[in-house]
Amino acid sequence: MSKENDLIIRVAGEGGEGVVSTGDFIAAACARAGLEVYTFKTFPAEVKGGYCMYQIRVSSERIFNQGDTFDVFCAYNGEAYELNKHLLKPGTVFVYDYPGGDFEPEAIPEGVTAYPIPMSQAAKELGSYRSKNMVAMGALSALFNINEDTVKQVLTKKFKKKGEEILDFNLKAFEKGKELGLAHKKVDSRRVADAVASKDVIIISGNDAIGMGAVLGGLEFFSAYPITPATEIAKFVATHLPKKGGTLVQAEDEISSIGQVLGASYAGKKSMTATSGPGLSLMSELLGMAFMGEIPCMLVDVQRGGPSTGLPTKHEQSDLFLAIHGTHGDAPRIVLSVEDVKDCIDMTVDALNMAEQFQCPVILLSDGSLAFSTQTVPAPKPENYTLVKRKRWDGVGKYFRYAMTDDLISPMADPGTPGGEHIATGLEHGPNGAPLWAPANHEAMQAKRTGKYAGLVNTYKPTEVDGTGEADIGIIAWGSTIGVVREAVARLREEGIKAKGFYPKLMWPMPVAQYEAFAATCKKILVPEVNFQGQLAHFIRAETSIRPISYTICGGLPFNPSMIVNKVKEVL
Amino acid sequence: MSTAALHQKEMAPKEYKSDVSVVWCPGCGHHGILNGILRAFSEAGVDPTNMINVSGIGCSSRTPYFVQSYKMHTLHGRAGPVATGVQLARPDQLVVVTGGDGDGYAIGGGHLPHMARRNVNLTYILFDNGIYGLTKGQYSPTSRRELKAYTTPYGGPDDPLNPLLYQLTYGATYVAQAFAGKPKVCADLIKGAIEHKGFSYVHIYSQCVTYNRIDTIQYYRDLMIDVPEGHDTSNLGAAMELARGDAEGRRPMGLLYKEDRETLDERLANIVKMVGGHPDYDQNKIIDLFRP
Repeated sequence: MSKENDLIIRVAGEGGEGVVSTGDFIAAACARAGLEVYTFKTFPAEVKGGYCMYQIRVSSERIFNQGDTFDVFCAYNGEAYELNKHLLKPGTVFVYDYPGGDFEPEAIPEGVTAYPIPMSQAAKELGSYRSKNMVAMGALSALFNINEDTVKQVLTKKFKKKGEEILDFNLKAFEKGKELGLAHKKVDSRRVADAVASKDVIIISGNDAIGMGAVLGGLEFFSAYPITPATEIAKFVATHLPKKGGTLVQAEDEISSIGQVLGASYAGKKSMTATSGPGLSLMSELLGMAFMGEIPCMLVDVQRGGPSTGLPTKHEQSDLFLAIHGTHGDAPRIVLSVEDVKDCIDMTVDALNMAEQFQCPVILLSDGSLAFSTQTVPAPKPENYTLVKRKRWDGVGKYFRYAMTDDLISPMADPGTPGGEHIATGLEHGPNGAPLWAPANHEAMQAKRTGKYAGLVNTYKPTEVDGTGEADIGIIAWGSTIGVVREAVARLREEGIKAKGFYPKLMWPMPVAQYEAFAATCKKILVPEVNFQGQLAHFIRAETSIRPISYTICGGLPFNPSMIVNKVKEVL
Repeated sequence: MSTAALHQKEMAPKEYKSDVSVVWCPGCGHHGILNGILRAFSEAGVDPTNMINVSGIGCSSRTPYFVQSYKMHTLHGRAGPVATGVQLARPDQLVVVTGGDGDGYAIGGGHLPHMARRNVNLTYILFDNGIYGLTKGQYSPTSRRELKAYTTPYGGPDDPLNPLLYQLTYGATYVAQAFAGKPKVCADLIKGAIEHKGFSYVHIYSQCVTYNRIDTIQYYRDLMIDVPEGHDTSNLGAAMELARGDAEGRRPMGLLYKEDRETLDERLANIVKMVGGHPDYDQNKIIDLFRP
C-alpha cells in the first residue's frame, strides 16, 4: 500500500474504450500540477479489443517504479473486474460502471470502499457512448483530488484543435462525471497529492524518449523494420529527424536495416536502428561485420518476452547474452542498459557517442515495460549534451584505415576525401585493409578491436551504489528492475534490515572492480532479473569472484517492490 | 549517377586498377567483366575518390579489392542494403555494387526487389556464372537443370529464375545484359548504367572454367543475340518480351529498358524540404511537444 502522498490508480477495460486516453489525461494533468508521474500499461497483441490496463502512479516525490498494486481501481467492464477483483484488498477503492454497465460485482470485500458510477448510462444520455471515459475521469477527479484546473487545461489542449464543439462536449461529460462522483459521500482517505509549484518537465514514454535522445544526440541516418515493442522509436524519428535534415528509411527486413546503417555510417553519417529481440537475432551477422570492419553503429533493443516470437507485448530482460555475445567469432559489444525514461534520453546520446568514439557496434537495451511507460522527466536542454564525432584522418601522409595507434582507434576517411580511399571489410585484414591471415596479425587485430573500448569501465559514469557501509544484503539490478529495487531497499532499511543496491548501466565491458568492491561490503548478493536463466547473475559468476543468489521471474510482468522485500527476507 | 564522380577525370582504364593482384582463375569470364568496368569508369571520367564499390561474398564480390576507389567488402547477400545506406548518406557519390548470382539472387534475393522498386540511385553489376565458385561448385538460382554440380550429382531439381524479368517486374529503371566475352559491350552498358539516374541493373554472363563446364564461352556466344535495332527502351512490355528470350531460347544482349523516375534519395530529400528541415532546427520545439 502506498504512502499518503503517493497514489496508484488503475483503469482497465476493453481496448478502444478510451482506457489509454483516460490514463494519458490523468497523467498529464498531474504532471501539470507539479507532481511526479509514472505510468504502466498492458494491452493485448490484437489490433482491436481485448483487455487493456493503464496504471498511473502519482506522487509529490520521485517515483522509481509502477508500484506493487493499485490503491484505486476503476473498471470499465466486467472483464476488467474479473481480472482484477482478487486485488481488491482492504484499503483499496473500487470505482466501477454501475448501474448500466455490463456487470454487477460480487459482494464488495470487507475493507474495500466502492463507488459505483453509471458511466455508460451517463455517456449514452449525453449522446455518445464514446464519452464514457470522460465521465469516468470526472468521477475520479472529484473522488480523488485530481486537479480539476489542470485536467481542463489538458483537455483543452487536446480537443481545441478538433473544434470548440468537441471540446465542449468532452468538458460536459467531465462535469457530469464529477457530479456523479460528488454524489457519493467520500469515505476513504485516498487522494492525489495537492498541486505544487510546477516544474520544467516533459511527460514522455520510453520509446519516444529514445527517439528524442537520438535526435538530440546528432543522429543523421536511421533505418528500421517494424517490430513490437520498438516501432514507436521509428515513428518519433520519422516525424522529427527530417526537421534536422536527417533521413529515415523503413527497410524490407532487419538485416537490411542494419546493413543500411553500416553503409550510411561508412559514408560518414551518425547512424542507428531500433528493434526487439527477433530483429537483433537477424542483425547479429552484420553486427559482427561492424565489429570486424570497425564501423560505428548504434542499435536499440527494446526487449520483449522470448524466445522466438515469444510474448511480443510482454516485459522481459532476456537479451543480455544476445546483446553482448550474439554473433559468431569473438566479437563482444559495448552494451548499455537503461533504468528509466530519463536514461532513455541521456543514454541514447551516450550510446551514439560511444559508437562514434570507438568505431564499433553499441547496443542500448530497453524493455517492454519502459517502452510504453510514460514518466515525468526534467525537460532536456539540447545545449547540455556533448556530441562526439569520430576520429577522422587529417590527410597527411599515406592513409592506413586500420592503422595501429596508441589508443587503438584508427582515423576514418569519408568517401570523397582525396587519398583516403580504402576498403572496409569483414575479412581479417592488415592495417591497409587488404586480407591478411597471418596468425600474429589476427591476434593483434582482435586485441585492438576488443581493447579499444576496454577503458570504458573507468571512464563511463561509475555504477551507482545505493547505501553506505556494511550490509546484510546487496541487491544487484539492471534495466527497469533497478527502480523496483530502489524502493525495496528503502523499505528494507525502514524495517531495520541493512540493505544496499548496485545498479549497473554499462553492462559490457563489465566494471568488474566496481562489482567486487560492492560485494565486499555485503554478506549476501541477490540478483533479481526478469528472465529464466539469470543472465546477469551468469556474467557475474563468470567475470567476478562473487557468488550471487539469482532470483528470476519471467511471467511477462516486471517485479514489484514487495516481491524483492519478501525474497530478501527469505534468503537472509 | 553521381554529381561528384562523373566527368571529373581523364584516366586510362588501367589507372582504375588497384595494386592488388586479381585472384580469379585463368580463363574466368570475370577478367573480361573487370576490363569492361575499368573501361566504363575511364570513359565516364569517374573520379575514384568519389566512388564507392560495394560487394557481398563470392568470386565476383572480390572486385572491390581490384578497383581504385572507396569500397566495402560486406557479407554474403548484403551488398544491396549496405550500398543503399551509402547512397542515401552520400547522394553526391557514385555507388557501384559488384556481385554474383548466388549472392544477389539466393541469399540476397530478398533485397533486390526493394532496391528496384525504390529506385535506389546506384549501379548493380551482376556477374552470372551459374555456379557458386568460392565454395567449389554448387548450383545457383541461375544454374541450368542440366548442370551436374557438387550438390547436384544427378542434375538440379530447381528451375532457374529469369533475372531480367525479375528486375523489370520489380521496377528497375535501367536494365541491360551482356556477356563477359564482349568487354566493349559490357563497358558501354556499364557506362550507360552509371550515367543513369536511378537503379541500374547490368546482368553479365560469365564463364566459370573450373566448376561450370557446360556454360562455356562458346555456349554464351551462341546464346546471346543483340537487342533488335529499333527496340523501344521505354516500352516495358517490349522489354519483358525480349527478357523472356526468343523462340530458340536465345537471350538478349544490350539495353532493354530505361525509365526516368524519382529516386529514393530524391524522395527523402523532398520530405526534408516539406518540413523545412535544417541542421540548425531549434530542437526545443520538439521538446515542447511533450510538455504536459
